[in-house]
Amino acid sequence: MVFEKTAFRSRAAGICGGIILGFALALAPAAAQAPADEDMWPGIRKDLYADRMIAEDDGAVALEAPVRADDAAVVPITMKIPAEVAAKAKALTLVIEKNPMPVAATFTFGPAAGVGERMISTRVRVDMYSNVRAVLETTDGNLHMATKFVKAAGGCSAPALKDAEQALAQLGKMKLRLYEANQTPLMPEAQVMIRHPNYSGMQMNQLTGLYIPAKYVQSMEVKRGNDVIFTMEGGISLSENPNIRFTYGAGDAGEITVTAKDTDGSVFTVRHNPKGS
Amino acid sequence: MWSYRLNRRRSGKPNKVARRIATGIAGVGSPGLACDRRQAISAAIAGMGLLIGLRFSLTGSAMAEAPTGTAASGDGRPREIGSGVFVHRGQLGVYTPGNGGDICNTGFVIGADAVAVIDTGGTAAVGRALRDHIRSLTDRPIRYVINTHMHPDHVLGNAAFKADNPAFVGHGKLGAALTARAERYLAFNMQAVGAEAFEGTEIIVPTVAVASSQSIELGGRRLTLTARPTAHTDNDLTIHDSATDILFTGDLIFSGHVPTLDGSIRGWLALLDTLAGQSVKQIVPGHGPAAMPWPDAARPVQRYLGAVAGGVRAAIREGRTMSDAIATVAREEQDQWELFDEFHGRNISAAFAELEWE
Repeated sequence: MVFEKTAFRSRAAGICGGIILGFALALAPAAAQAPADEDMWPGIRKDLYADRMIAEDDGAVALEAPVRADDAAVVPITMKIPAEVAAKAKALTLVIEKNPMPVAATFTFGPAAGVGERMISTRVRVDMYSNVRAVLETTDGNLHMATKFVKAAGGCSAPALKDAEQALAQLGKMKLRLYEANQTPLMPEAQVMIRHPNYSGMQMNQLTGLYIPAKYVQSMEVKRGNDVIFTMEGGISLSENPNIRFTYGAGDAGEITVTAKDTDGSVFTVRHNPKGS
Repeated sequence: MWSYRLNRRRSGKPNKVARRIATGIAGVGSPGLACDRRQAISAAIAGMGLLIGLRFSLTGSAMAEAPTGTAASGDGRPREIGSGVFVHRGQLGVYTPGNGGDICNTGFVIGADAVAVIDTGGTAAVGRALRDHIRSLTDRPIRYVINTHMHPDHVLGNAAFKADNPAFVGHGKLGAALTARAERYLAFNMQAVGAEAFEGTEIIVPTVAVASSQSIELGGRRLTLTARPTAHTDNDLTIHDSATDILFTGDLIFSGHVPTLDGSIRGWLALLDTLAGQSVKQIVPGHGPAAMPWPDAARPVQRYLGAVAGGVRAAIREGRTMSDAIATVAREEQDQWELFDEFHGRNISAAFAELEWE
């Protein structure tokens, strides 16, 4: 039994870059051709933030990522914003520098995001050894960044799910879990899961031997009552079965609602009432 | 039959390399080249590797190019574990130039009329060495090449048997699973083992798909092939030989090498429960000794998977993260297995992603 453990960049990367159509997060397909030793960050940085200053490792945002990923298609990533910064946190962008579509997701916070330490945890694909960056934009217009280097390869072309039949049969199934037991009074935690292959455009159709067009969860809105906790714009770097664990502000009332939309326009919704609401 | 090479050319139009290898292999069975055949076999027996044999037969200068990392070496000849049932024990490890991709158990069963091969090793060269062993024992036709599941160390030797024109037999889902992974499997493993050792390697998808169960008559003995529900992978096939009551489990059973999860941990545990209740004389694991007693051989795998599933379920219940589970779950199994650090974290990751939907 062997899993791929070495760095390799599939020719499919070019195809992947080619099929990303006008999506706001997509960068030039040239990114897909990144050689292993090329520094991609200056170009990505310029596209996303032009010439704005970015404060590095100033403690405004923390990033947790494995040094070596156990599964390149499911790499757990956690971003945290300390309480003293959270009040002015505006948007958090997760960049996987060497991926064909480097911006994995952008989370934009709303009024129900809470005032305590803020956390967003998700799972991403990492296509080759790459820096992973979390860039926080605060309401004062400043940018803050934390960076981790992750050793992983082949995450974008890994086949969707280990059980191919199950992947199709259960598409769209959602689960919203509230971590009642862990909840601090200020910042409870919840987790949303969607059964979705999040096709990257770099995976092979098992029957035809052709590449499957990209089809992925592209946006998500998470609310408590009528107030937004965060909205997310996502891309193919999020793992199959997108999974986001997050904190939110404790409120007096209102159920948690998650609405997600994929690139085909399918809409998926799940709601859950916190205990005692 | 169709197949994948790295360039994804279909097998109908063999490229130069494939044609050359095919010519060499065909020579084994053709009377005019009987002398070459003996040379090739003796070279393999001498532990020099088949590539030398082929070069010798084609060029007459055996040592002109010494191969690096003799791809076909393994630990020597297959062992006869029951009458007519032979198993070659692969080396313990992941693909490296040193082991040439000879890292899983391969076997064959010789009947009165025909031979069935069960798994072919991790490169065409490993497959060719296996074929040489078979040909040193019998001239009966190789009518079946059976793969226990999709993983490259078990299937990438198939190309060595193309010239025999056998039925390539696998689980009903094997073809789709291999198609989805073909390019990755070829590219990653060629890089891991080296281009020379990988020469001639291609992915051959099954020509016979087993939907539930199927029997193969070899003459005086019958093989029963059973397609299993998702366990180690979603395409696990077991092979039972009627004459010896030996069961080839493929990677449903590991010994020494830590089990690797690429299917469903719930499915795997359930299947092992079922299989452990069945009586067979001995089994051939996918990795480990050539033959093991049953159901004893299942116990360590059941223990390991049970520890992983139990630990991951507890982590999920307690609201811990996948990263935390990877760092903490079933660490007590560490001293019980080889290659633990290579695969355990991935197993936890896979189990977590599966069980959090319970």
